[in-house]
Amino acid sequence: MSRKIRGSIWLSVSYVLLAVVGVFSVYPALWVIMSSLRTGNSLYSETLLPTALTFGHYANLFDKYDFARWYVNTLKIAVTTTVVGTILTLLPGYAFSVFRFNGRKTMMSTLMVLGLFPGFMSMIAVFILLNLMNLLNTHIAVILVYAAGAPLFFLFAKSYFDTIPKSLVEAARMDGAGHLGIFFRIVMPLSTPLIVYTALSIFAGSFTDFIFAKLVLRTPETKTLAVGLFDMISTRQSTDFTTFAAGCVLIAVPITFLFILLQRLLTQGLTAGAEKG
Amino acid sequence: MQEFIMEQERSKLTRTYSRTAAVLSALAMGLGQLYNRQYMKGVILLAVHALALYTFIFRLPHAVWGLVTLGETETQLKKVGRLYKQVMGDHSVFLMIEGLVTVFVALIFIWIYVMNIKDSYRTGKMREQGEVPNTFKETVSFVLSYRFPYLILAVPLAGVFFFTIMPIVFMILIAFTNYTATHTPPKNLLDWTGFEAFRELFRIKEWSRTFYSVTLWTIVWALLATLTGYFGGFAVALLVQQKRIRFKSFWRTLFILPYAIPMFVSMLILQNMFNGQFGPVNQYLELFGIGKIPWLSDPTWAKVTLIIANFWVSFPVSMLMIIGIMSTIPQDMYEAADIDGASAFQKTRMITFPCVMYSMAPLVIMSFVGNMNNFNVIYLLTNGNPINGDFQYAGDTDILITWLFKLSMENGQYNFASVIGIIIFILLSAFAIWNVRRTKAFKEDTSS
Repeated sequence: MSRKIRGSIWLSVSYVLLAVVGVFSVYPALWVIMSSLRTGNSLYSETLLPTALTFGHYANLFDKYDFARWYVNTLKIAVTTTVVGTILTLLPGYAFSVFRFNGRKTMMSTLMVLGLFPGFMSMIAVFILLNLMNLLNTHIAVILVYAAGAPLFFLFAKSYFDTIPKSLVEAARMDGAGHLGIFFRIVMPLSTPLIVYTALSIFAGSFTDFIFAKLVLRTPETKTLAVGLFDMISTRQSTDFTTFAAGCVLIAVPITFLFILLQRLLTQGLTAGAEKG
Repeated sequence: MQEFIMEQERSKLTRTYSRTAAVLSALAMGLGQLYNRQYMKGVILLAVHALALYTFIFRLPHAVWGLVTLGETETQLKKVGRLYKQVMGDHSVFLMIEGLVTVFVALIFIWIYVMNIKDSYRTGKMREQGEVPNTFKETVSFVLSYRFPYLILAVPLAGVFFFTIMPIVFMILIAFTNYTATHTPPKNLLDWTGFEAFRELFRIKEWSRTFYSVTLWTIVWALLATLTGYFGGFAVALLVQQKRIRFKSFWRTLFILPYAIPMFVSMLILQNMFNGQFGPVNQYLELFGIGKIPWLSDPTWAKVTLIIANFWVSFPVSMLMIIGIMSTIPQDMYEAADIDGASAFQKTRMITFPCVMYSMAPLVIMSFVGNMNNFNVIYLLTNGNPINGDFQYAGDTDILITWLFKLSMENGQYNFASVIGIIIFILLSAFAIWNVRRTKAFKEDTSS
């Protein structure tokens, strides 16, 4: 067999494989979208494509459940957490990357190690602390805990800042720029991929976390999407599966859209961080 | 000669600046600074001193008492007039947390105190050498420019301290008490029991059996989850990045989908897809004439399902990273290989693989550590089930972290949960520190 024929056989095999992986990646999402449009409320269906379409389940979310309020709550928490958390992550990343000072390495390793432990391992204590501060069942509590945990993941930011040429910073310093001036006017504009990556992961994290939110938010008015949706199928034994699917679609669509929209910046941010490891 | 004597006299006089300042500062924070004519700084430090005194006199004794005894009066019914009324006693857990906070604050004061003495001594030394001490304005601008990193670190670190370090210390302390669902404050007082819970975990057979099985599965799970995710992502990246493949960005977008869907949504979806009776996966299998597979109800199959589900959510990230790294490999290496007549497989093995591995190795280790704590996938997909009758509060697919969650949140075995927490802590920090010390982000600092 000549090299050429072998090459084109491999190429077709590659396309087949890509298609298989594509189906594998997309299928669950497709299945949920289809389920959300199906009549009835059961999990079981004869076909992937529904025979009769309905948007009733989406309406159900807003009539039978308090979906709109959950959405507003979640957005409020996620947006605030993202702003505060991103700042709290960029600051240590910058400090550790640019400056050399006493105790720097110790602080870095401590933060690194602490970042490896899931937050809820000490959830009882956080719960009691919040209780002492009279913050239980408030959104501030959730925002506070999410944002305070964000700096543990500074290493990515640090690695990214490391890739910014030192000569640039020094030149700015020679021109008389202060620390804050350098940070905002020179480093920040060069770090869009990093900021996007950090903000997006914090946003996605706080948008979808439910373990901690479930513990702290106790009344129906304060519920978030994740908690509401989780309760929907865990308390009703999945009898309302199609409505649940509609909820999933409404949660997943904005985040998925954001991810795809920012894909290029995301890849850059991930790579620059990864290269330096 | 006379000049020399005068010089000596003067230095005798001035030599005492540093000592006097230090002694004064040791008496009360800020006095030394006042003596050194740094009035603003001195006044501020004096105020801090007053605050510290207040803490040490009024708060610390109670805090230490609380930490040592964990409370002395129990909650009980007491006769008030004619009626019996419940009278609240000491709440051990609150005492413990408040005690911890106060002790930490006291330690910070001690640290400030030491710094204050050092500072006045140093300023005194400067004056002996004939220099003029900094004015308050100069001090502020000195801090702003030379202590800038500490300034911007202060807020993030304070957050980490209160919401991560403090709670972890609390959790560690709980392991040494008898805090369980049947023995909870405020109804009961807690006691320090030392290593009792540790001993029981290893000595009582039901506990130790569960512990060993769960630990073993945790490690197997972490290994398999990491390897499948990483090499799966690698394979897909190689596939997409071939020269002759068209619509590269379309394929990439398609494959990112599992990563972009929120974790708890996708896991709940997968849970339904793998449903043994109604799930579409089994429907299709039946269509092809293969019988139904007990995806979630059989211990071994449940583990397989977990690995598949985790692969599904984790391969896109490593694909993205590997594609990024592949694009940084210089093209002339491939050109040189082409001239030497290397096959595509050889190029992958000799060029792409080593280059990618070099950058990714630390991240792979970190993701192994992350998978050991991969709570979401397991909790949302199987919740640790199927239930195993031989285990204490654990199912067949529970890993250490989900077991910990069940022990504390669902069954109130707080002290055992804390012991497990400590074991995870020790296991992971050894791993993490070893790995972190080897990564480039740390290494490159040694030169500067």
